[in-house]
Amino acid sequence: METMTLNLKVWRQKDTNSTGGLVAYTLETVSTHMSFLEMLDVLNEKLLAEDGDPIEFDNDCREGICGMCSLVINGVAHGPWNGAATCQLHMREYKDGDTITIEPWRAQAFPVIKDLVVDRTAFDRIISAGGYVSMNAGGAPDANAIPISKSVADEAMDAASCIGCAACVAACPNASASLFTAAKISQLALLPQGHPERAERVLLMVEQMDSEGFGDCSNHAECEAVCPKQISISHIARMKREYMKAALMAK
Amino acid sequence: MLPLSKILGSSVGKKYVMALTGLAMVFFLLEHLLGNFLLYSTDPVPYNQYGHFLISFGNILIVAEFVLIAILLAHVVSGISVALGKKAARPSGYRQSGDAGGASKKTFASTTMIYSGLLTFIFLVIHIKTFKYGPEYAMTVDGVVMRDLHKLVWETFSNPVYVVWYVGTLLFLGFHLRHGFWSTFQSMGGNHPRYSPLIHSVGIFIAVVLAAGFIGIPIWIYFTGA
Repeated sequence: METMTLNLKVWRQKDTNSTGGLVAYTLETVSTHMSFLEMLDVLNEKLLAEDGDPIEFDNDCREGICGMCSLVINGVAHGPWNGAATCQLHMREYKDGDTITIEPWRAQAFPVIKDLVVDRTAFDRIISAGGYVSMNAGGAPDANAIPISKSVADEAMDAASCIGCAACVAACPNASASLFTAAKISQLALLPQGHPERAERVLLMVEQMDSEGFGDCSNHAECEAVCPKQISISHIARMKREYMKAALMAK
Repeated sequence: MLPLSKILGSSVGKKYVMALTGLAMVFFLLEHLLGNFLLYSTDPVPYNQYGHFLISFGNILIVAEFVLIAILLAHVVSGISVALGKKAARPSGYRQSGDAGGASKKTFASTTMIYSGLLTFIFLVIHIKTFKYGPEYAMTVDGVVMRDLHKLVWETFSNPVYVVWYVGTLLFLGFHLRHGFWSTFQSMGGNHPRYSPLIHSVGIFIAVVLAAGFIGIPIWIYFTGA
């Protein structure tokens, strides 16, 4: 089995109010077959064996669908692989002797809880503000009762593939949450089920996004580049159109 | 309609202002460059006649100037607001920076908009002071007395300091337009799989034409003038 030695610089921070810093670790016998998170597991095993404090990092499904993993690797959210979450990155990307810097998502709206774990509940509040549809109670409606064209369904699905990981915020030079918010607005604006709340949704979600302290969108499209689901900034453009219509038509 | 203050105060509305005022100023720059092509001529008459024609609009010109100043200030205010918001949204930056590449449109131009913008603003103040409020030379063409701005421009650009300052700052105007032009469409919600790549290319083209066209004037005058 091919192994390598890596020089890691990992952000360590005791809690929200502490000042953190990068701590250097040398990790030997890293297999090229490991995933990035397994590499961190091995480092944590080593730290525990030495009676050290293991590095806290978010993770859950480790197959790119839960949106929990959230590492900025050498300055790029989710690391160097396009269309992949941190958990889908594998160590074959790296070679012996590489130095890897690992930092948490950095945004005022995402306070660090510990080490590489940040509090992303600001996203939950944006969803609560308007990212829902109203349903009638009672018997389940027939499947496919509402006709939706293939192209519209496809585009809505592209937006719906957002896993809420917040890499868009982490990568944005302005720490804007536009891609996330736009993906949710776009998905529901495209589908007929989302139409009853369509106008008030965009106004409420944008207002909530602004009040959480995210920055403004400057169209760098760095969000699209790091998005593990490769969600296009065309959804941000749809959010701007939706906002324009809703703001003009509002009573 | 929502209260205007609420629309303009939102992150989305702020960028509508930025986009519309920016696009308006692109049209102004195109007209400005077209007129200034007359400066490439050593004959002062066509340029001064063009200037005299503009001045002959009288009050309409003054209204137009105030509209342009209002557009500029709205653009500057929204730009500064975005820059301050960016600082507040990420007070502590990444220890190591990186670029994702791929679909990203993050460039030197896009990340330096506030600096290229403020530099252009300072440039504008000096530019207007140098020429609009500069020495008033006069000349007579066919019995009509008019301002000889051509002489002032040619005189000014015989000074290498002015030439270097103009070339340097206008280069940054080019960078500003390179990210700014296509951005106006995206900020207004204009994004289409067929037209967006075209708009992006047109933006680069306009940036190069405007920057090169304006930069050429001081260089041309410096090397062909007395």
